[in-house]
Amino acid sequence: MKKKLVIIGNGMAPGRMLEHLLELAPDQYDVTIFNAEPRVNYDRIMLSPVLSGEKTFEEIVIHGDGWYIKHGIALYKGYKIKAIDRVAKTVTSESGVVESYDKLVIATGSVPFIIPVPGNNLPGVLSYRDLDDVMAMMLAAKSRGNAVVIGGGLLGLEAAAGLSEQGMNVTVIHIMPTLMERQLDPAAGHLLKAAVEQRGITVLNGANTKSIVGEKFVEGVELADGTVIPASVVVMAVGIRPNTALGKGAGLTIARGIVVNEQMQTSDPDIYALGECAEHNGMVYGLVAPLYEMANVLAKTFAAEAAAYKGSVTATKLKVTGIKLYSAGDFAEAKDREEIVLRDASRGIYKRLIIKENRIIGVVMYGDTEDGPWFFDKIKKAEDISADREMLIFGQSYAGGVPLDPMAAVAALTPDAEICGCNGVCKGKITDAITAKGLTSIDEVRAHTKASASCGSCTGLVEKLLVLSLGDSYRPNAVQPMCGCTHLGHADVRRLIVAKPLKNIPQLMQELEWKTSCGCAKCRPALNYYMIAEWPGEYIDDNQSRFVNERVHANIQKDGTYSVVPRMWGGMTSAKELRAIADVTDKFQIPAVKVTGGQRIDLLGVKKEDLPAVWADLNAAGMVSGAAYAKGLRTVKTCVGTDWCRFGTQDSTGLGIKLEKFMWGSWTPAKVKMAVSGCPRNCAEATCKDIGVICVDSGYDIHFAGAAGLDIKGTEVLGHVDTEEDAIEVIAALTQLYREQGHYLERIYKWAKRVGLDSIREKIMADKEKRTHYFERFKFAQTFLQVDPWEERVNGKDAHEFEAMRTFPKLMAAE
Amino acid sequence: MDQWVKVGMVDDVPFRGSRVVSTQQGDIAIFKTAEGRIFALWDKCPHKGGPLSQGIVHGDQVTCPLHNWVVGLETGDVKGPDQGCARKVKCKVEAGTVFIESATLLQQVA
Repeated sequence: MKKKLVIIGNGMAPGRMLEHLLELAPDQYDVTIFNAEPRVNYDRIMLSPVLSGEKTFEEIVIHGDGWYIKHGIALYKGYKIKAIDRVAKTVTSESGVVESYDKLVIATGSVPFIIPVPGNNLPGVLSYRDLDDVMAMMLAAKSRGNAVVIGGGLLGLEAAAGLSEQGMNVTVIHIMPTLMERQLDPAAGHLLKAAVEQRGITVLNGANTKSIVGEKFVEGVELADGTVIPASVVVMAVGIRPNTALGKGAGLTIARGIVVNEQMQTSDPDIYALGECAEHNGMVYGLVAPLYEMANVLAKTFAAEAAAYKGSVTATKLKVTGIKLYSAGDFAEAKDREEIVLRDASRGIYKRLIIKENRIIGVVMYGDTEDGPWFFDKIKKAEDISADREMLIFGQSYAGGVPLDPMAAVAALTPDAEICGCNGVCKGKITDAITAKGLTSIDEVRAHTKASASCGSCTGLVEKLLVLSLGDSYRPNAVQPMCGCTHLGHADVRRLIVAKPLKNIPQLMQELEWKTSCGCAKCRPALNYYMIAEWPGEYIDDNQSRFVNERVHANIQKDGTYSVVPRMWGGMTSAKELRAIADVTDKFQIPAVKVTGGQRIDLLGVKKEDLPAVWADLNAAGMVSGAAYAKGLRTVKTCVGTDWCRFGTQDSTGLGIKLEKFMWGSWTPAKVKMAVSGCPRNCAEATCKDIGVICVDSGYDIHFAGAAGLDIKGTEVLGHVDTEEDAIEVIAALTQLYREQGHYLERIYKWAKRVGLDSIREKIMADKEKRTHYFERFKFAQTFLQVDPWEERVNGKDAHEFEAMRTFPKLMAAE
Repeated sequence: MDQWVKVGMVDDVPFRGSRVVSTQQGDIAIFKTAEGRIFALWDKCPHKGGPLSQGIVHGDQVTCPLHNWVVGLETGDVKGPDQGCARKVKCKVEAGTVFIESATLLQQVA
């Protein structure tokens, strides 16, 4: 009969342990997991890239639900265990679930240390431990106010960098004289401080927190010297403590952590502890590599194989993009130790080896960390370095006296050299997997070996191994594919649509070897747009590939109702239009009417089946769809200009209306918002729009590539024109260039950043012929696009979208 | 014995699309894939109750219009890292006509 294995906690350590156990002894245990967090197993190391916006949560999941189902593992999400009964051999959750065990694993990890100062429980004081903390920080960052991070260690600095990346003004308070003093010597600590400060983060060393101030919500941090630093969010990242509460409650032997032997066994032979909550030989660990080593040992123990955990030497990397930092082993100064130091101030490089009895015992590297794993390997193997000592600091390329190119250096590594420190994967395992399983990409190597699957800093090494194993047939996948349905990126797809040419979606999927039969919700809308933009008049719009808003020409709301926004050209309206809006609001009992930021009126809460009738009434008053739902031209905001304003220099309202009437109906890669201001006082806020015009005495300054949403960015100047006609031509040509080059969902400011401002100015402003070419193409496309979608639907188009197939007005009588 | 009730014709539902059947217990979404297979689910995403009928249908899945959860049409199971299950409605096609199980309409009163 299978034994019952119960695991408390679902972090990375038990996840890894189960992977090994399922390989070694697939059918020996019935596994039940209790996870206090309501989630599957994800890569906690990667929370920092999620915070900085470089990754999404989906990308860091290690085991999705399917994995648990496939292996018959019962996962209780959001169930916190409150007690262990060692006599009855059961665990009990807070919600009352009781589960019996033959073997029990405690993997409860650690809890963040909250410094005992007044105000530490105010809302807005966060720790940095799990996804909930990251979500709370990202939400707080929306305010773009001030943040204080208490703690200048690994986690604190990653939190600070992430919050700064999200647009917050960040101060790091650190009680010690230098940053990351447990992993770095003071010299590297100073280099790190300079790099952190260069990112606009303020670092206060030797600063002691006295209290956290605030009435109902955190307002700032008061230091021991009385300084108060204002903050709308405070992150405490001063350290972690092993979470031993359950073990203590059950009467297990506890020191700092739950004490275990070399088989990870606690003082109760049927109970094991694993990960950050376990203490082995007086040491507790908070980094992933040792936890994975423990997981290996425990899996083997459960599979009745001999294994012993002997403690770990740890290496640390900081996961902040652009800062390279590596440390491993012991680097404190002592009498019996020597050191080798290399400094290159102009390149910002610092390397230090700590040597004891002709063996490297510690390494600190800043700026150039390529050789880190090579030194780390020598530390772990306790290699005698006396023969190579003179060239040692220059790293692997110079070992043996002959400079090697980086590829040869990787080739020279022995098969047992460690490549991926996070997951403990050596060179031999990777090259074997590449050959045996025919792997051809980084992603496949990650899937099969786990190498470079955690922090990713060894990706370069893994790529070199792919090149060495596969030669020229390896093509690094530098391009981000559009979605999981293809290996092609947006740029390739757009190019091939024109080059082949490809004129509809099924043909494209066939010829470009789409991996799915029918695409997905990511690629289909993109492909539909590319076809519309490339083949005006030829391509037939595929409604089923459009997001619901563009399919039904209204904006879906959270309750499944829709909002309706009619156009108000240039933000102008009239008594007749307002009366029609008032009447339609009464007639259809529309619950909310709101003035938008784009100078028009939003009718919210319209039932789907009422949409055509609402539109019919608005059409009757001369109004058309405002395309407030479209990846297309939205609004042209204006000020009153020379018509009314005593400062106006040109007819900004008139130009706005002309632009909107010329450009409405156009589909673009992402939404386009415009504005025209009648003078540089800029009341229409044109300098944060996708395209903006500032009128001046001498004519019109054309701006573009602004943003005022998730990102805030002032516009760039495209150029100056003298007449209204030229302004319209330039703006339409610019829009057409964007229509032809932009990637789907890429706003103008992102497109401009990708292709370069000068390449755009050159085509639109410097080269009159090119400008005319784009302008003419825009005009041609418009001849097919300026049809009011509301009017079409009032006249019966797509009626199936708005009517139920069948309605059962009453409950059927029971038979 | 199953009792079936007619809700409409297969041809009434667009390929890679959906139509709604409105009942006292809420809407039912009838889906039709690119190959013409018919599936039925209660029109509520297990995440925030979004109308699945309004999503993009791809393969035998639909992506909810509110937060892009992907739901399998066959079982109602959510795909990917999210978890949950949309409620399935028993349906069948005979001679181009779509039927749902009549018990569906009694479910919540029974």
